[in-house]
Amino acid sequence: MSIVFYIVAALAVGGALAAVLLKNTVHCALALTIAFAGIALLFLQLDAQFAGFAQILVYIGAVAILVVFAILLTRGSETPKDGVYGRKWPLGLVIAAAVFSDLAWAVLQSARVLPHEAISAPTVTVLQIGNALIGRYVLPLEIIALLLTAALIGAVIVAMHEKEAGK
Amino acid sequence: MIDKPIVDQLDQVFILLERWIVSFLPAGWQAVASVVLNVVAIIAVFPALFAIAVLLERKGLGRMQNRLGPNRVGPFGLFQPIADGLKSLTKEDIVPISADPVVHFLAPVFLVVVVFMGYAVLPMGRNMTLVKMDAGLLFYFAMGASTELSVFMAGWSSRNKYSLLGAMRAVAQMISYEVPLLMSSVAVVMITGSLSLEKIVAAQNQYSYGLPHWYIFTPWGFAGFALFAVAATAETNRSPFDLPEGESELVAGYFTEYSGFKFAEFFLGEYVGMLSISGLGATLFLGGWSAPLAILGWVPSWIWFFGKVMLSICVFIWLRGTLPRLRQDQLMNFAWKFVLPLTLLNLMVAAMWRFLGEGWERWVICSAVLLIAYVAMGRIGMRHGHIGTRKYRYAE
Amino acid sequence: MLGEGILKGLAETARNFVGSYVSKERMTTVQYPEERIAPIEATRDFPFLVYDGGDWQAGMRCVACQICEKECPPKCIYIEKSKDKKPDALGKPQFYPAKFDIDISVCMSCQICVEVCPFEAIKMDTEFELSTTDRFGGLLLDRHQLAKSNQHYHHIHPTEAAEVDARLAGEKAKTNAKAKAAADAAAAKSAAPDTKAVAPPAKVVAPVVKPESQEA
Repeated sequence: MSIVFYIVAALAVGGALAAVLLKNTVHCALALTIAFAGIALLFLQLDAQFAGFAQILVYIGAVAILVVFAILLTRGSETPKDGVYGRKWPLGLVIAAAVFSDLAWAVLQSARVLPHEAISAPTVTVLQIGNALIGRYVLPLEIIALLLTAALIGAVIVAMHEKEAGK
Repeated sequence: MIDKPIVDQLDQVFILLERWIVSFLPAGWQAVASVVLNVVAIIAVFPALFAIAVLLERKGLGRMQNRLGPNRVGPFGLFQPIADGLKSLTKEDIVPISADPVVHFLAPVFLVVVVFMGYAVLPMGRNMTLVKMDAGLLFYFAMGASTELSVFMAGWSSRNKYSLLGAMRAVAQMISYEVPLLMSSVAVVMITGSLSLEKIVAAQNQYSYGLPHWYIFTPWGFAGFALFAVAATAETNRSPFDLPEGESELVAGYFTEYSGFKFAEFFLGEYVGMLSISGLGATLFLGGWSAPLAILGWVPSWIWFFGKVMLSICVFIWLRGTLPRLRQDQLMNFAWKFVLPLTLLNLMVAAMWRFLGEGWERWVICSAVLLIAYVAMGRIGMRHGHIGTRKYRYAE
Repeated sequence: MLGEGILKGLAETARNFVGSYVSKERMTTVQYPEERIAPIEATRDFPFLVYDGGDWQAGMRCVACQICEKECPPKCIYIEKSKDKKPDALGKPQFYPAKFDIDISVCMSCQICVEVCPFEAIKMDTEFELSTTDRFGGLLLDRHQLAKSNQHYHHIHPTEAAEVDARLAGEKAKTNAKAKAAADAAAAKSAAPDTKAVAPPAKVVAPVVKPESQEA
């Protein structure tokens, strides 16, 4: 629980809060990017190099861009005239509190199971991750590959559909 | 320190200098001071190289176009970058009224920050990497992916249709060429067995019969380098892939609304990115800081690294002076239908190279496969080369 | 094969780059203002008024006929005729321009004023480095600024000037001959009542002069 952790945590939480509280949708997307960066820094702080850099590469480099493209292509970049908050916000608060308490219970349970002394996180090299992916987790890897291929083909078909309709 | 041979000392001169400066500080501060000194060195050296690159570009392009470049400021125009810098600093900073001020300000800053982060993992000489990371290459590509976000921020915050259009095109181009860039580097990672850039250079720093084991001298390395070079040119929005910033196409694309220092920041970001990706290309394929012949090993390693980077810059400038700009759809077709299949094939060829064992067979087989694939894909791609009547997709 | 064109292009550019240091035809830059390309003879920039001899006022060929002022398309010439007359190159008393202004910021160098001038008085100069910091009168040239000698005309347009000079000399010779013939006739008439022998020489002289003038 060093000072670095507090700063990074503040960055991540601040980014996430800004992502839901700001009026301009593109500002929300950029704040979400800051939240992603905060999470990546948390990974790096735990010496999980591969996870941290993959987080930056995938989330900031691809997902954030996807989000802003989606906002732009659906003309959501105009500031909404009525308020940002929906009418039924107390219900949302209840659901958020429920999810939070669930996660907090799970984290605290694991803290009770492990010893309280600070254990050094095991250094996981990229080699070990690679071996695990090809060795033990090869089935999830192949299924994810199939899923990505399906998504890619679907995107191409959706984009090509206009040509069919235009003919 | 004095008993080491002078060649070694010259090779490690910057490390020794840094240790000497840091030794004046108390022990607690030494680690921090060492890092700060390294960072300051990078921030000082690479913008200086940027100034040299800009000057080289203007004079080089001029000579290629049968004219002199700038030659009034200083002898042979050598002080032109200083004049350019002063001009950028003193120009009025215009922000359009309807622009988003925060994002408009942050976009170039974000670009410059992210581009400089990439230098943290480049091995610029023996023992001269800023941060020795196990997953150094992945860090580099993570930073490269973040530059696209800054381009988008610049285009959107200007509230200008041309800027937005330019930004969309630029981001589409950069995403499309990100995949071949990574794939061609993955072949190198496969053969070396590590993502760490120091290990990649160490694997290439061996010599047989006086010739180095650089990856470019292997069939898959040569193809990989060519594909990496194409993808790198597209990533940094250089000619012939500079449609997003082409002056005759979209005014200036995503940095239309930027003036004065912010424009200089974008310019700096682009050229520093070019230097950075040249450094990565040199590390992955050209052996980083290793010398081309074993007998030339006495020349300091950092001279070889920077020499290779400047050579790559010269090649970039040469390409810019020669090739016309590619149109957006030509660019995208090229990426997805030509470069990407070839990079995937290159991965397979690299695997074949590894498992065929030493000997002349693997040279012949790998070269033959790559050559046949290249010629075949070229023929297929140029099949519709005849100029017929144009078919328009949307205009009826 | 794919990529051949790119390699050929790269070779051409490299040839240009290396050649620009070595051969003159691959580096065609003329570093103005230290070096200048000599203008060709038919260069034209802005008009000037020609004068013969040393005195620009006495020798000016312009007789203020105002044809050029009327023909100028952008109307950049402003002429005020003088009240008195002065003798011109042929000895005849003619008007002269008291004011002759050309606004060269308006002039479009069409050369119509030169083409219509019957007296070869206005010609095109080759001076183009005329920028001035005076916004209001700096580019309005008056009579004195426009007057340049015939030697200057010979210097900038040698062939043209030689032609013009020959033509003017021919006309002058014709006029002189006519004047001489008229003077001889008058002298003969005045001398006729005295002796009849003087008359025939006058008739003999006249036919000899005509072929000369036709030749010129």
